[in-house]
Amino acid sequence: MTDYVSTLSIDIGLIGPELALLIAAAVILLLIFTRKADRFATAIGLIGLVVSMVLTVRQWDVKVGGFSGMVTVDQFAVLFKLLFAVASGLTLLLAERYFHAKHIARPEFTALLLVSTMGMMVMAGTTDLIVIFLGLEIMSVPLYVMAGFNRRSLESNESGIKYFIMGAFATGFLLMGIALIYGASETTDLRRIVTDFSYIATNAKLFLFTGAALMMVGFGFKVGAVPFHSWIPDVYQGAPTPVTAFFSVAPKAAGFAALLRIFAYGLKDLGALSDVWWILAVLTMTVGNILALRQENVKRMLAYSSIAHAGYMLVALAVGGADAASAVIFYLIGYTLFNLGGFTVVALLETRAGSRADFSEMAGLSKAHPYLTATLALFMFSLSGFPPTVGFFGKFYLFSAAVKGGFIWLTVIGVMNSFVSVYYYLRVVKVSYFDQIEGRFVPAPLSAGVLFVLIVTAVGTLGFGLFPDNVLEIARRAIQAFA
Amino acid sequence: MADYLFLIPLLPLIGFLINGLLIGRLPKPVISLVGCLSVGGALLLALLAFFELKGLPVEARVMQQVLFAWIPSGSFHVDIAFLLDPLSAVMILVVTGVGFLIHVYSVGYMHHDEGYGRYFAYLNLFTFSMLMLVLANNFLLMFVGWEGVGLCSYLLIGFWFEKKSASDAGKKAFIVNRIGDFGFLLGMFIIFWQVGSLDFATVMEKAPTAFSFGGGLITAACLLLFVGAIGKSAQIPLFVWLPDAMEGPTPVSALIHAATMVTAGVYMVVRSNVLYMMAPDALLVVAIIGAATALFAATIGLVQNDIKRVLAYSTVSQLGYMFLACGVAAFSAGIFHLMTHAFFKALLFLGAGSVIHAMSGEQDIRKMGGLRKYIRITYLTFLLATLAIAGIPGMSGFFSKDEILWQAFSSGHGSPIFWAIGLVTALLTTFYMFRLVYLTFHGTERMDTETKHHLHESPRSMTVPLMILGVLSVVGGWVGLPAVFGATNYFEHWLDPVTAKGSELVSESVHASGGGNAGLEMTLMFVTVLLVIGAWMLARYMYVRHTETATRVREKAGGLYTVLLNKYYIDEIYGFLIVRPFVGLSTFFWKIIDVLVIDGFVNGLARLGALSSDLLRFVQTGRVRSYATLFAAGVVLVIGFLILR
Amino acid sequence: MVYYLALAALLFAIGLFGVMTRRNAIGILMSLELMFNAANINFVAFNQYLGGNGMAGQLFALFVVVVAAAEATVGLAIVLLIYRNWRGVDADNVSIMKW
Repeated sequence: MTDYVSTLSIDIGLIGPELALLIAAAVILLLIFTRKADRFATAIGLIGLVVSMVLTVRQWDVKVGGFSGMVTVDQFAVLFKLLFAVASGLTLLLAERYFHAKHIARPEFTALLLVSTMGMMVMAGTTDLIVIFLGLEIMSVPLYVMAGFNRRSLESNESGIKYFIMGAFATGFLLMGIALIYGASETTDLRRIVTDFSYIATNAKLFLFTGAALMMVGFGFKVGAVPFHSWIPDVYQGAPTPVTAFFSVAPKAAGFAALLRIFAYGLKDLGALSDVWWILAVLTMTVGNILALRQENVKRMLAYSSIAHAGYMLVALAVGGADAASAVIFYLIGYTLFNLGGFTVVALLETRAGSRADFSEMAGLSKAHPYLTATLALFMFSLSGFPPTVGFFGKFYLFSAAVKGGFIWLTVIGVMNSFVSVYYYLRVVKVSYFDQIEGRFVPAPLSAGVLFVLIVTAVGTLGFGLFPDNVLEIARRAIQAFA
Repeated sequence: MADYLFLIPLLPLIGFLINGLLIGRLPKPVISLVGCLSVGGALLLALLAFFELKGLPVEARVMQQVLFAWIPSGSFHVDIAFLLDPLSAVMILVVTGVGFLIHVYSVGYMHHDEGYGRYFAYLNLFTFSMLMLVLANNFLLMFVGWEGVGLCSYLLIGFWFEKKSASDAGKKAFIVNRIGDFGFLLGMFIIFWQVGSLDFATVMEKAPTAFSFGGGLITAACLLLFVGAIGKSAQIPLFVWLPDAMEGPTPVSALIHAATMVTAGVYMVVRSNVLYMMAPDALLVVAIIGAATALFAATIGLVQNDIKRVLAYSTVSQLGYMFLACGVAAFSAGIFHLMTHAFFKALLFLGAGSVIHAMSGEQDIRKMGGLRKYIRITYLTFLLATLAIAGIPGMSGFFSKDEILWQAFSSGHGSPIFWAIGLVTALLTTFYMFRLVYLTFHGTERMDTETKHHLHESPRSMTVPLMILGVLSVVGGWVGLPAVFGATNYFEHWLDPVTAKGSELVSESVHASGGGNAGLEMTLMFVTVLLVIGAWMLARYMYVRHTETATRVREKAGGLYTVLLNKYYIDEIYGFLIVRPFVGLSTFFWKIIDVLVIDGFVNGLARLGALSSDLLRFVQTGRVRSYATLFAAGVVLVIGFLILR
Repeated sequence: MVYYLALAALLFAIGLFGVMTRRNAIGILMSLELMFNAANINFVAFNQYLGGNGMAGQLFALFVVVVAAAEATVGLAIVLLIYRNWRGVDADNVSIMKW
């Protein structure tokens, strides 16, 4: 492990996945001038993502650093990159139909999505705080634009500005935190912080603690931890639904990738943080669940539900250790699938004229779309943690890791919370199956892309629940990269 | 050997997939054929498995089939595997046997319903989940089945979702069950934490060393598991959902809410009997809750007028009986009663269904009467089941109930108080069941002429299951003749391999104490039988003799229907005067405790959630500035906490 | 070095206070820039006094300047959009979604 102090080493192969996305994005931006980009943007984007995924998979057994230790390729990075690429690809397929129905389709969207995905990959594939910060910004800036992408919609405008202001605000704290950590340790490389930890912890305690706290805040914002969550409902509700779907999974996963790198690896010996995570986890899941109870808009309800899910995942940071970390990765994989799936159904329903994605609009759905409703119910059951879906196993691993670590009360609160959440998830099922509708339900036509997304997410939700072992094994291997 | 075990749950699953995926595309005969054959096939396989198991020597009566390693990773290992031992063999026979009869019955009962295909799909899914529950070889797989049956119960209670009460009842059942599941899950976590495995065999093997006898952890684990059982099996205080669950189709009430699903809690407690034997305090709680529920629900049953609600409270009460048996460590008696109860309670519900069918949907027993002339088969089978539940000697219920009463009295964990409560419950049960029979089938005909005109016996597909269950209600108890009659209690010895390890743990063997007091046992049995017959006669006196008087009055008055009705009400008031203490008490229980306190508590919780939600929402002002302020406050708190601690 | 850190802390507090109290979206943008630059001062100061032979702190400051410029561009574009659709840049008015 001395490669990272070596001289300036440039190995383009290491950043292949990122480059593939960047090139695809650049091609799309260039094509805009030929006026043909409209037709090809999605296809080019998908090709870029597939190439990127192939390159990523080929890095699975590699563990090297490059670019003067700024880039690290390990199994942790590979797994997260794949997750981002999958989420991005599914979003792209879902977005095409939605954006055309709303008459806001523009090729720039694909380019933004690709660049943002690239930022996440940069974030996951490094141990250096500077690069993590850069990745975070490459990811976030396109997201601000995507939130406000529907320029004529006031809600979308509002979503964009709120996300921007709160996002930049959180970045300010994060930056200050990194500066203080730098002041405490004289380095921004997490690997050196790990080796010099005892020295840092005795000599620069104040900077270390304050810096760690500010970084918690900065990434806590990205994953939506209470009390740094307040932007989530407004931004999620206002943004175009495919964008919301993307927001709720990919940046959240990226945030957790950074949190795990920093707090489960770099600062893992800073025991005092566990209590703070404990409090944040409890606050996050409880506030998210309680606020979700009374929502009338499905998108807003799902926004609060995503806060609650972040709360469950924060349990892993309070618990610490390899078991909890691999459990949270497993949870993230499952969550990405079933949450995207849930939003896909919502987005599909929203393509009907005049829809605002309220609960009441789902009445009568089961008569018009029996299979779609069954899929929706599957996602809702998975969100509420019902066996044998992957949502159940995610919670099960997470909480059994917590019990093993002796966090009994945290587990009790977590399990209680997940039972509260059943109420509002079940409401979706109840309305779409049992509520009566006056007149005829206006059907929402499926496109091949949306169908593909639904099949992938539904098969994953059920399949990873029935056969969780392989995924869990992969998550476990990813965590070994920290050892 | 045992390589066909997986087919038993698989067949209903295939049935579900065919009926569920091709919904609306199959003709009704095909649906019925798929639905019934899949469960019938499972029944045949279950019988095959049972006899194969029986052919083995007693010590070797365990068959396992590991399908594949579900979670093979490191410290956490769980298989998808099925376990057939004497306990699960009894359970799969009950589930597939009663299940098959109810499927056949449903062909007739649901014939005119629009959602015919959906109904059979759900019913098959239920059978699959229930078989997974009883065949699982570990807690986790059992939990999957456990949640699955809960889901099916929710879907089937809300089957007629056009009725608001039905979909509300479904939701209530689901939510109350989730409270129970919360306990189950936490109990499971504790077991895994301490033992490091969820496999039944391993847990039961290691539990005596992993836990300290009577320690806090094992007691907590058992109590948490029992919370799960309370939710699923509708015990105090979580029983509120079961009476409401009667909104579902009647065969569903028979299958899910009487014979199988609600007994899953009892099965789970018996399955973990080693754990419970190690936690005497938890066992005592089980016994107390069981006894209290048995008595409490029986008193409510006295004043109900809806035929299905009487049976629902009766089910709650009988489940309490089974838990009482478990609580006094008489696990085999609990399962014995579970089996006989499955027969006669399923029969009662199906009979009630047949009555409702004949009465064009009417469920109020005050508007029935004299039906025995019109629906002879239903009447006779219903009467058999009533005799069985009342515990008239020779019927199945007599043996199982007597076994529980004797164990409650004599077991090392029992006490005369439990016996007394059990006895009173038995008397109340006899009384309200005969009240139901007399008001429904005897006496004057109180239905309107339109309904009367349509009275008819149900089709063959409904009456044949009734007759088969009728036979089972009589002979089902003969496998467990008490030792005191000089017979061998086959049933108890059949379950010995399952319960033996638990009883080794305690010094005084539960079974040994029974043999010494043959004279006492006979005496108690005799007293019980006399009192039960007394209760029967009381019901007969109140609901037959005086109704006959009423008939004469009606004849003299020239068929004045109103007078008849009034006479009936006077009769009812007369009844009130005789049993006023009981009725007063039971109305109190029903109106105050059930409706007000417990329902109020559940609704209160929901309202508390809604209220806190409404209050907390004001934080979400929609203004960026206040978000930033909240954010900054959070930052200050986090930093302050870290630096000042 | 204490002076530099104090200056940075003061600048950060001013920025923070600005975001919390300004109603004008442009004002909020400016306050955000202040927060970024406060961090930058810290980086440079730490690099000067503790950094030994490395240049990481100064490099980081350069990156931050670039990123802040990009953020400001996007931010201003969004504010412009708001100005057009809402006829004003009062951030408090932009709150149709709440609770």
